[in-house]
Amino acid sequence: MTSAVSFQKASRHFGSVRAVDAVDLDIAPGEFFAMLGPSGSGKTTCLRLIAGFEQPTSGSISIFGDRAEGVPPYRRNVNTVFQDYALFPHLNVLDNVAYGLMVKGVGKAERHKAAEEALSLVRLPGYGARRPGQLSGGQRQRVALARALVNQPKVLLLDEPLGALDLKLRENMQEELKSLQKALGITFVFVTHDQGEALSMADRVAVFNDGKIMQIGTPEDIYQRPRTRFVADFVGSSNVLPPDFVQRYSGQHRWGSLRPESIRVGRAAKGVTSGEGVSARLVSTNYLGATTKLALDADGLRLHAIVPAGIALPAEGEAVVLTFNREHLHLMDEPA
Amino acid sequence: MRSDGSQSAPLGLKIAAACGLLFLHLPILLIFVYAFTTEEKSFVWPPPGLTTQWFAVTWNRPDVWQALSLSVRVAAISTAIALILGTLCSAAVSRTRFFGRETISLLVILPIALPGIITGIALRSAFSLADIPFSFWTIVLGHATFCVVVVYNNAVARFRRTSGSMIEASMDLGADGFQTFRHVVLPNIATALLAGGMLAFALSFDEVIVTTFTAGQQQTLPIWMLEELIRPRQRPVTNVVAMVVMLVTLLPILAAYYLSRDGDQIAGSGK
Repeated sequence: MTSAVSFQKASRHFGSVRAVDAVDLDIAPGEFFAMLGPSGSGKTTCLRLIAGFEQPTSGSISIFGDRAEGVPPYRRNVNTVFQDYALFPHLNVLDNVAYGLMVKGVGKAERHKAAEEALSLVRLPGYGARRPGQLSGGQRQRVALARALVNQPKVLLLDEPLGALDLKLRENMQEELKSLQKALGITFVFVTHDQGEALSMADRVAVFNDGKIMQIGTPEDIYQRPRTRFVADFVGSSNVLPPDFVQRYSGQHRWGSLRPESIRVGRAAKGVTSGEGVSARLVSTNYLGATTKLALDADGLRLHAIVPAGIALPAEGEAVVLTFNREHLHLMDEPA
Repeated sequence: MRSDGSQSAPLGLKIAAACGLLFLHLPILLIFVYAFTTEEKSFVWPPPGLTTQWFAVTWNRPDVWQALSLSVRVAAISTAIALILGTLCSAAVSRTRFFGRETISLLVILPIALPGIITGIALRSAFSLADIPFSFWTIVLGHATFCVVVVYNNAVARFRRTSGSMIEASMDLGADGFQTFRHVVLPNIATALLAGGMLAFALSFDEVIVTTFTAGQQQTLPIWMLEELIRPRQRPVTNVVAMVVMLVTLLPILAAYYLSRDGDQIAGSGK
């Protein structure tokens, strides 16, 4: 089966800056694929390589088996939802959505009908006569989505599509995008710096750093079994444990990661030496609603623990004992 | 601090404002009055009598028509050249980064900062050096130097306000370069080009200094007026021409004002 999008050692260098550096990547047809990474990690450049706004300096890219190098954006069956939506301010919503069909020479009645359908798909029926300036951020986002989908692209690219929306709207849009993707069966490639968004929506996630892919896998893979310190730290702010610490508990001299929610925090009993647990001091508590995040100092090692709300907490500065299940301690591939 | 509309300004301020406006516009009224005077050798106040005969005289003077036609043609062609070159240049400067970008931007703007007399002398020496005889096109060339600036400045400001991803979005949706220009770029810069084009036309239409160096024996309307002031007969003809030109140009300027105001509201961008 041919991949929807395939990178073979694709690079995009800007002078001495290696925005994308020898990336190998295969995205399956119908997949919801997330590119996750901090800003400047090369994820957006990867998206622009697929869209055709950038050309690889070396390596090759193919879209559904067709070589994409040298093919301009307007000859690719790929559409993009831009971060700032990039709606045309001089056209009304209906003409914005029908734009792709208009430049392809589709008749007015036909393209307006298709645009109306696309607007119903994103739950904005009857908004056609409005100007983009009269819409809220969430509505503009939907118009941008409809404008891309009306062309029936083989791959839909989304560049931080939810970045500008407030929390509540973002959560709704996440669910909606996911169900839309399932219903349409189109390959979605989604760029985000928000690990929660990537984990909750994507079938697979690629974690980017410094123009390279650090790890590709299912959200569970990435979250439970990070391969490097960077992935462990960036995805869900795991506690990264140095090899000497890990050796005491697993017998292996390797870097390890421990999820903050895997750590149990107990009061240090007086006179009892903590044989099992790790003795630490509570530095600060951070109330998050459903949970509380604790910052702990274990003999110079800074650890974070997340405990459910409603549990009696030790006071700040108090000595505590940390315990965890040995199987929750994940050993990483990265050499010590 | 913003005073609300109901509050009236103090009387002194009102009088000062009225005086300022009168000072600006009374001389123009004077030109109108002298267009109807019966005295043809010099301008005397008050006019000894009123007549409309100068309109007929002006209508029958071929030199007026020649000067007017030359000025309109020069202004039209200079504006057309400025619209094309100014738009292309502003697009290049605001859309891409390249070596020498700031220098080009400065060099394009320079002719309007430079005194006209320097531009004029420079062009004249260049023409004589290259053995180019004075013609319609030498005037157009001289005028285009500053017309391009006006269009360029207007277009560059508009380009900076339009989102760059809009052009990418258009390409992404299947529009090639020409379609993108026609359906996205042009509608977004149209009002800026209209304003720039009108200003360029107006600048070219009343230009004297550069023209004297590049026109040779040809007379554009402002140069014709200048020469007419020295001649002792039929003086009010100049006033008639001035008055008619002013009234005729007022209409498109008002139109442009209303057009670009509406356009700005649509684009959501104040001036």
